[in-house]
Amino acid sequence: MDEKVSAIINKYNGDRGQLVSILQDIQTEYLYLPKEALIQVSEAMAIPASQVYNVATFFRAFSLEPRGKYLINVCLGTACHVRGAARVLEKIELSLATKRGETTKDRKFTLETVNCMGACALGPVVKIDGEYFGQMSTDKVDNLLTKFE
Amino acid sequence: MITFKIDGREFKAEKGQTLLQVARENGIDIPTLCHHEAIEPYGACRLCIVEISRGGHSRIVTSCLYPVEEGLEVKTGSPRVISNRKMILELLLARCSKNKVIQELASQMSIEQPSFKPEYLEDNDCIVCGLCVRTCEQVVGVSAISLVNRGITKEPASPFLEPAIACIGCGSCYYICPTGAIKMEDRGDTRIIYNWKVEFKLKKCKVCGNYWAPEKQLDYIRKKWDLPEEFFDICPTCK
Amino acid sequence: MSSKLRSKQDLEALRKELMKRRQPDKPRITICGGTGCHAYGCVRVTDAFKNEVARQGIGSKVDIKTTGCHGFCEKGPLVVIQPSDTFYQRVKPEDVPEILDKTIIRNSIVERLLYTDPTTGRKITHQQEVPFYQKQKRIIFGSNGEIDPTNIEDYIAIGGYSALAKALSEMTPEQIIEEVKHSSLRGRGGGGFLTGTKWESCRNAEGDIKYVIVNADEGDPGAYADRSLLEGNPHSVLEGLIIGAYAIGAHQGYVYVRNEYPLALANMTAALSQAQELGLLGSNILGSGFDFNVRITRGGGAFVCGESTALMASLEGKVGEPRAKYVHTVEKGLWDRPSNLNNVETWSNVPIIINKGADWYRTLGTDGSKGTKIFSLVGKINNTGLVEVPMGITLREIIYDIGGGIREGKKFKAVQTGGPSGGCLPESLLDLPVDFDELTKAGSMMGSGGMIVMDETTCMVDIAKYFLTFLEEESCGKCVPCREGVKRMRQILDDITEGKGYEEDIDLLDRLSATLIDSSLCALGATAPNPVLTTIRYFKDEYEAHIKEKKCPAGVCKALIHYYIIEEKCPGCGLCVKACPQEAITFMGKKKPVALDESKCIKCGACYDICKLGAVGKE
Repeated sequence: MDEKVSAIINKYNGDRGQLVSILQDIQTEYLYLPKEALIQVSEAMAIPASQVYNVATFFRAFSLEPRGKYLINVCLGTACHVRGAARVLEKIELSLATKRGETTKDRKFTLETVNCMGACALGPVVKIDGEYFGQMSTDKVDNLLTKFE
Repeated sequence: MITFKIDGREFKAEKGQTLLQVARENGIDIPTLCHHEAIEPYGACRLCIVEISRGGHSRIVTSCLYPVEEGLEVKTGSPRVISNRKMILELLLARCSKNKVIQELASQMSIEQPSFKPEYLEDNDCIVCGLCVRTCEQVVGVSAISLVNRGITKEPASPFLEPAIACIGCGSCYYICPTGAIKMEDRGDTRIIYNWKVEFKLKKCKVCGNYWAPEKQLDYIRKKWDLPEEFFDICPTCK
Repeated sequence: MSSKLRSKQDLEALRKELMKRRQPDKPRITICGGTGCHAYGCVRVTDAFKNEVARQGIGSKVDIKTTGCHGFCEKGPLVVIQPSDTFYQRVKPEDVPEILDKTIIRNSIVERLLYTDPTTGRKITHQQEVPFYQKQKRIIFGSNGEIDPTNIEDYIAIGGYSALAKALSEMTPEQIIEEVKHSSLRGRGGGGFLTGTKWESCRNAEGDIKYVIVNADEGDPGAYADRSLLEGNPHSVLEGLIIGAYAIGAHQGYVYVRNEYPLALANMTAALSQAQELGLLGSNILGSGFDFNVRITRGGGAFVCGESTALMASLEGKVGEPRAKYVHTVEKGLWDRPSNLNNVETWSNVPIIINKGADWYRTLGTDGSKGTKIFSLVGKINNTGLVEVPMGITLREIIYDIGGGIREGKKFKAVQTGGPSGGCLPESLLDLPVDFDELTKAGSMMGSGGMIVMDETTCMVDIAKYFLTFLEEESCGKCVPCREGVKRMRQILDDITEGKGYEEDIDLLDRLSATLIDSSLCALGATAPNPVLTTIRYFKDEYEAHIKEKKCPAGVCKALIHYYIIEEKCPGCGLCVKACPQEAITFMGKKKPVALDESKCIKCGACYDICKLGAVGKE
């Protein structure tokens, strides 16, 4: 863990202004922000731990808890909302017995929402593991979830 | 010097002063919650709002941050200011329905109950004014705590919600909190600050035997100002 | 790649060379590569073309190019064959051999891939004649379809960076600012502030170190024009930024891209690197002596970072909390230094103003709003996509002539502009000319360009609740009016949509709105009341139905609707029985209608969605 985090800090020359980018790279590497990594960033960059922590909790991109294997992103942008995205989200929550922002018990899925992915023509849109699924409706949800092992 | 008016009276001020500074220097009462002279103004509570205008167009601004301007006309108690201030207090009262400080401020503006449904009233003490965090950063210089999360869950907290490692137990946060939201207790030889989950051993005075300040705080001050080891062995009262 | 360009003449020479190398008559297959078409699988289409061309060995006969977004997102994947301007829509990998065979080799058309005009039934061959494009004026967005955004040479070949060359070699910074001022270009991010005036203030501000910033944190849900510009033509934004930096006297620029836009980030990063290689960025740009560098940063997922002071805080590595703007950011911005921040679309308007002149630019648009605006036209509309129109065009023309009217033959109800800071405009305002001031007068605003069309199945009270819920999550939480006020407004709307509203609620919403507008620290809080105020203003009857009659006329608010089985239409197939998560529907035997137990029903709508026979009713 040590070396990868150091490499990331060095990539951005330890520049305080790039703190969000540094945290993002750490998040990409570990699928979440481990506490040890944040402490390492705080020490290496001479930023108080409280300030690294508050940045980590402010932005939605960051998760301080390990995420599931597959990240589900349900778009709740206005265009998708108007086409019924709320019901799609509800159905996913029911099928996975998990609320938005949480991870399933078997750690397979983390369910998040996004306020507009910019794929409005396909709304309602659900993105799973980087793949887009458009024109979603409640009756398509279960089939879709079974595609992911 | 900059000449401008507050409530019809003319004042002269230095460039860079804020409306609030000039008002307070001249005994004009403007309520504040998130403001303290020793800390950089923040503009979070919005209680210090005033109505300003210059040639017709008027708007509401926070006096703690607005710099004095030539020819400005400031009203500290116009109907618009009052109605805004009242609603802000209603919102605070809805959040902190049992807090004495907020209740008092609200009743000064004739607010007994906020306009929201009783089942939605909350029982907080913290108004997220940020004074504790800002003091810890700007005055004490250790930044042991910060405002975490975003929006309605924003609150002052220690990193990872664990005991605040950088805290020196000085209690500045406790003293500066306007609503008593920080719970600190000195019990015998120990100081506990509950909010940041920290405990400190207090130093005993060699003369009177009283426990008077956390050892960690004294160590911090000694190191910072390069003071001799025995410097704090005797408490200020006995000195 | 060619060597560094050291003068305007070098750039010209390069352009001429590139033009010479290109064979204008050689067929090129251009495939839209925007995120929308990605989601439709355009990469597989591109791969199919490449593989098939290689297999047939006809690489000398045709070029394949992935371009920026063409805008007609509804019909993606889009393939446009040049130079014949043949427009194919909804192309699949299986269509590729036929396209190559018919259109490239044999110069004929694949009829079934053509766009069909829904009113006349006529099939249209050429992109220019497709109704969606006809009323548009794509002076900015149009180039997307001509270039591969990951190749700077394409941009140069169509005249790119000539405005920069002109600015650096023929104009002084003051002249550039005058030109932009004269054009009356107004900020396209939502503020609508006069760009030239902003630049001038920044130039005149005290301090030697100044910054220019591209605000690419497009956060309005439903708006994605900025994203498509960054993905599809990043150099147009960069060119504008360099010109602006020169005019203002800034030597460091930043591009702040929203975290959720990976393709935009990638394409802009590549653009910066290629521009640097050619000497269009870095030291002594085009031999002018002007040095300028750009850094690109990602956002962290926070709508509030679209606000300029919050964005700057984030650039400083802090949380995106706005601060008072009593001292403007053009005087004290990033790192307390003079900073000029503009939106993506604003920057990309600059090259054309410099090249064609402010006088030409002023011929477009209205008195108060010159030029064009790119809108993302989405929602209950037939032709979903990105449209660029001259300011002053009416909402009706956009929605019906360009947008093709309401989907599924439903009736228009409202159009929402300006994102969460904007408002919903009713049918009576369809002839409103789209213009900064007109939209503001009507209670909405231009915003960054989201235009969401709603029909009779949209509940306007629900829409107000939706926006408040969004803002409650996105509020930074610093100031009391926004943090506490938006929450209280949302609670009231929750109650109204659940049949627990009172008449007094409208008055309380008004009072809360007044305080938020006056006392919020930033524009997020100050404009939060807009969706509520406009829906109360134009759709009061819906609020009254929810409050007095406890009914949701549009059939959306769960607590106020109920689902039921229309027995005459139900053949007892049992699809809904399986779909119901609460086992509230019982199979009653073949050819008998199913039975729905309302006491178990959670109004999720699964049965309503799955029944294709219309046997599930909702009211």
